[in-house]
Amino acid sequence: MDLIRIRNVRKTYKTGTTAIYDLNLNISKGEFIFIIGSTGCGKSTLIKMLYREEKPTNGKILVGGLDVGKIRNRKVYKLRRKIGVVFQNYQLLPNSTAYENVAFALEVLGIPKDEIHSKVLKVLDLVGLKNKAKQYPNQLSGGEQQRVAIARAIVNGPKILICDEPTGNLDPKTSLEIMEVLQAINDLGTTVIMVTHDISIVKKMKKRVVLLDSGRIVKDYKEGEYKNESI
Amino acid sequence: MKAFRIFKRNLRDSLKSIFRNFSLSLASISCITITLIVVAVSIILSLNVNNFTKIVEKDVTIVAFLDVDINEDEIDEVYDQIITLDNIEKKNVVFKDKMEITKDMMASSSELRSVMEDYTRENSPIQDTYQIKVTDINLIHKTAEELNNIEHIDVVKYGEGMVEQLVTVFDTIRKGTVGIVIALIIVTAFLIANTIKITIMSRKREIEIMRLVGASNINIKLPFIFEGLFLGIFGSIIPIIITIYGYSALYNHFDGKIFSDFIKLIAPTPFVYFISILLVAIGIIVGMFGSSRAVKKYLKI
Repeated sequence: MDLIRIRNVRKTYKTGTTAIYDLNLNISKGEFIFIIGSTGCGKSTLIKMLYREEKPTNGKILVGGLDVGKIRNRKVYKLRRKIGVVFQNYQLLPNSTAYENVAFALEVLGIPKDEIHSKVLKVLDLVGLKNKAKQYPNQLSGGEQQRVAIARAIVNGPKILICDEPTGNLDPKTSLEIMEVLQAINDLGTTVIMVTHDISIVKKMKKRVVLLDSGRIVKDYKEGEYKNESI
Repeated sequence: MKAFRIFKRNLRDSLKSIFRNFSLSLASISCITITLIVVAVSIILSLNVNNFTKIVEKDVTIVAFLDVDINEDEIDEVYDQIITLDNIEKKNVVFKDKMEITKDMMASSSELRSVMEDYTRENSPIQDTYQIKVTDINLIHKTAEELNNIEHIDVVKYGEGMVEQLVTVFDTIRKGTVGIVIALIIVTAFLIANTIKITIMSRKREIEIMRLVGASNINIKLPFIFEGLFLGIFGSIIPIIITIYGYSALYNHFDGKIFSDFIKLIAPTPFVYFISILLVAIGIIVGMFGSSRAVKKYLKI
C-alpha cells in the first residue's frame, strides 16, 4: 500500500529556479528509502514538500491520503503530526535538557504529564539515551544530539520519519550508530525517508535508493540493487 | 481539560522563557517602562489641564439684573421662570438682594463706601440680581437671550465675547492634549512591538520546532502572547509606582494647587489608581499585540 504518492510534481521557486521537474514517486508503508543525488539536485526541496514546508507548483502529493498542496497554512499542523523530521543540525532547544526537548513535542499537543513522562522515557530508551535525559545539548556529543532529535521526531508516533542528512555532521562510526537507531524505528513499522550524501551508508544498508539529478529521478533502485554508482 | 492543560503550559512556559531570555526580556521591559512613564506624565498633564479648564468654565456665571422697582412677588415670579429654562443648574440660581450687593461693594473700597452710605432699598440705583450657572457653556449665549426675554429682568451679563473666546481656547487645548496622548500611545505601541519583535526573532528556532512537531498556529502564538502580557505587566510596575507616589507627593507639595488658588490639581485618590489601571492596560494590550504580530511573521509558509 502506498503511503506517499507523488504525481507529476514540479516545483519552481519565486526566483524562477525550477528545483523539481514532473516527478513521480510512490513510497509504501513501512519502507526505508534513501534519496541521493548531488548538491542542488532537488533532494531537500522534494522532502520539504512532503512535510509542506514548500508547496508544489504543479502536480499532486498525497501523504496518507492528505493532498499536501491543498492543505491550508493553518491546517498544516495536522500533517506535521503524522510526520517526524530530523535535520543535519539537530535543531534542538539549547536551553532545554534532552528530556525537555523530547517532551516539548508532546507538550505543544496538550498531552497529559504522566503520558508525556512515560512516552519520553520509552523513546529515549529506544535511541539509547535514557541515562542522559537530564543533559543539555551542549553536554552531549553530535551523535547523542542527533539521537535526541530522532527521539523528538518519533515520540508522537508518526507514520513517516523524514531525515535530511542526519549523519552529515557525524563521523562514520557514529553515523552507523544513528543508522541502527533508524533501522530499529523502521522495524517498528515507521516509514523512513532519508536524504544523504553518504554513499557508504547507502551501500551498507541495502535499501531502496532513489537517485535524483537536476530535479528528475534518474534511477529508482530496489532493495539491495544499489551497488557503487557515483552521484 | 486539554485546553486547560495547554493554557497552563503556555502560562508556565511564557514566564519561564522571560527568565531564560532575561537580557532580551529586560530590554523589552525597560522599553515598556520608559515609554509608559512618558505616557503617564502626558496623561496626567492632559487630564489636569482638562480638569482646570472645566473648573474655569464652571465658574462662569450669568448675572441677571432685575428691574430697579421690582417687588418681592415679582422676584419670585422671575425665579419660577428661570428654573424652567433648560441649560441652567437649578441648584445654582442664587438671588442677591441689592442691599447685600451694596454692602459688599462698600466693603471693597472706601470711596464706594462714602458714596453708597446713604443708599436705602427705595433710593438705591443698584439692582437686585440672580446669579445663574449654566450646564453647557457652549449654549451660554442662547440661555442669556432666553433670560433677557423674561419679564422684570432688565439686563443680562456674562462676560460676552470673553467667555466665547475662553471656550474656544480651552477647547483647542483639550483637543490638543488628547491628540498628543493618543499619538504618544500609538508611538509607544510601535516602539514596544518592535522591541518584542527583536526578542522573538532570537527564538525563531523555537517557533520552527513547534511548527515541525505539529503545534497549531494558535498553540505557537499563545505562549508568546502570554509573554507579551507579562512583559506589559512587568513594564508597567515602575510607571505605576511613579504615578502613585510621584503624583501624590507633587499634590501634597503644592497643596493641591499650582501658582494660584485658581489652578487646582486633581486629587490623587482615585485619580492615580485610574491612571495605574490605564497604564497596565496599555502595557498588556501593546505587549500582546506586539508579540502576536512578531510571531505571525514566522507562521507563514
